[in-house]
Amino acid sequence: MSGEVQAAAVLGGFTESETQEDNAPGGIPRRRRIGLGDWLLPVYTVLAFVFLLIPIVYTFVFSFNDSIKSNISWRGFTFDKWLNVCNVEGGAVCQAFTNSIIIGLVATVIATVLGTMIAIALVRYRFRARSAISLLLFLPMATPEVVLGAGLAAQFLAVGVPKDMTTIILAHTMFCISFVVVTVKARVSSLDPALEEAGRDLYGSPSQVFWRVTFPLLTPGILAAALLSFALSFDDFIITNFNSGSVSTFPKYIYISASRGIPAEANVIASAVFLFALVLVVAAQVSRAARAKRLAKLG
Amino acid sequence: MAFAAFATAEVQPQAPKKRSRIALFLLLPGILYLVLFFLTPLISLVLTSLQAPSEFGDIGQFDYAFNWQNYVTVVETYLPHILRSFGYALTATVFALLFSYPLAYFIGVKARRWPLLQSLMLVLVIAPFFISFLLRTLAWKQLLSDESFVITSLKALSLMAPDAHFTGTPFAVIFGLTYNFIPFMTLPLYTTLERLDTRYLEAGSDLYAGPFTVFRKITVPLSMPGIVAGTLLTFIPAAGDYVNASRDFLGGPDTQMMGNVIEANFLVLLNYPAAAALSIILMAAILVLVSIYVKRSGTEDLL
Repeated sequence: MSGEVQAAAVLGGFTESETQEDNAPGGIPRRRRIGLGDWLLPVYTVLAFVFLLIPIVYTFVFSFNDSIKSNISWRGFTFDKWLNVCNVEGGAVCQAFTNSIIIGLVATVIATVLGTMIAIALVRYRFRARSAISLLLFLPMATPEVVLGAGLAAQFLAVGVPKDMTTIILAHTMFCISFVVVTVKARVSSLDPALEEAGRDLYGSPSQVFWRVTFPLLTPGILAAALLSFALSFDDFIITNFNSGSVSTFPKYIYISASRGIPAEANVIASAVFLFALVLVVAAQVSRAARAKRLAKLG
Repeated sequence: MAFAAFATAEVQPQAPKKRSRIALFLLLPGILYLVLFFLTPLISLVLTSLQAPSEFGDIGQFDYAFNWQNYVTVVETYLPHILRSFGYALTATVFALLFSYPLAYFIGVKARRWPLLQSLMLVLVIAPFFISFLLRTLAWKQLLSDESFVITSLKALSLMAPDAHFTGTPFAVIFGLTYNFIPFMTLPLYTTLERLDTRYLEAGSDLYAGPFTVFRKITVPLSMPGIVAGTLLTFIPAAGDYVNASRDFLGGPDTQMMGNVIEANFLVLLNYPAAAALSIILMAAILVLVSIYVKRSGTEDLL
């Protein structure tokens, strides 16, 4: 739902919202009262971020723990786990991680294509049963994951489909589609129709106009939607657990090994993924801010 | 629709919509997919929930029937779990709202003058999404275990009874649920607060309203769409969650929620009808609660 859409926008660094101008009326300096609120809120914000980041720091720190089997108490610093990630338990962590990547990629591609098509249709065309279709797109986001997972599993059971990688991909695609639709739809709605009109005026055929004008303009939205899909799929545990049979994914591996202790190698993989995503997003944000500054200078 | 209210992009006036066969071509594959893998599974969940055990079958073998009794049985057996799910989810939602509102207010209103800082803070809000939520929950389990620094210090300061535990208690489960769903609360709150016109707040204080009155009468009503969206985004997944309450994570034998018993019945006990009936109850209860809530908070245009 919207929170995830926001997340997608931040992920992609494509938030279109304009920061509001300072609302102080021109010329008149605003009354300033230095009160409790002036430092209370910033201090709270810092503390809140510290709280939010504690488990991340913990996971990162314990990826350097010289642990033997379970990674509970601190035994000393080592780079070993980072250098030999796949050497534990015959590479079970890495196998699970690879599965997660494959599932995430395939589900993302299918969901992004199907979702983008729906988003374009919703904004651009009139058709029957619009409200029923909107409801069908909204419901998967308002349904608890455990219900989605159990429902699909019940269906696979009834039809007699064995659970494997394919059933996981089918499940992930299902819950990603709605999020793609929401994310891309916002982008389609914000397109300036005049640009496509200009394309048509210049004798572009409908397919030329779509591929040379519309599609490039939609790319940031589609990219954000794909990133969101991948993130949702990669971190999904509940739906996967119901539809995976004996196939392991990274979250499932963690859930199962939680009772006997997680090897530090899992922390290594999670920390690496975290750092990669963080660098990607911060870079996108910084380049967006730089672009905005340049545009402001020109304007 | 819920999304329209939060679309950050400015909506361009669109050319009059056309009817075309292209629409059918664009919609059909995706809609068909959702019918096949979302709608029919829900129907097969309903059918499964009414199944009766096969007469001469093994464990896990059931026949289609019209066995309403399943619902009565699961409610009788799992009433504590059902109540716990909604109680925990509700408490966690309230805590997440109290935690997130000042944070979202600072990012969305106070930090407006520094757009880069604003977007970096947003990255920090969603940063927990980049690391597996199971690992985050396990990190809290370690940090708050009986041998941990936090708990031993609390005990040394006599703020906690010497034989008390944190993990395995309802507090731990609610704590985990709150922590895990905070970003879902903060982001929609931020979205509405970011657009809050601060001139209304100034007008309020010019009319001699104290800061608290301004907050209660102006800020809160104007941010209502964000509050409603955030509470729904937190409550729905929290009510169905079973990781936090699981024994290997923050829960214990007395903190099991609906998700835990659905999982146990489906994947361990192979009692599919019971799992299905519980799922249907969970979904129906959520739909009813959500529609009442949305109606009462006067934001019907959200859905």
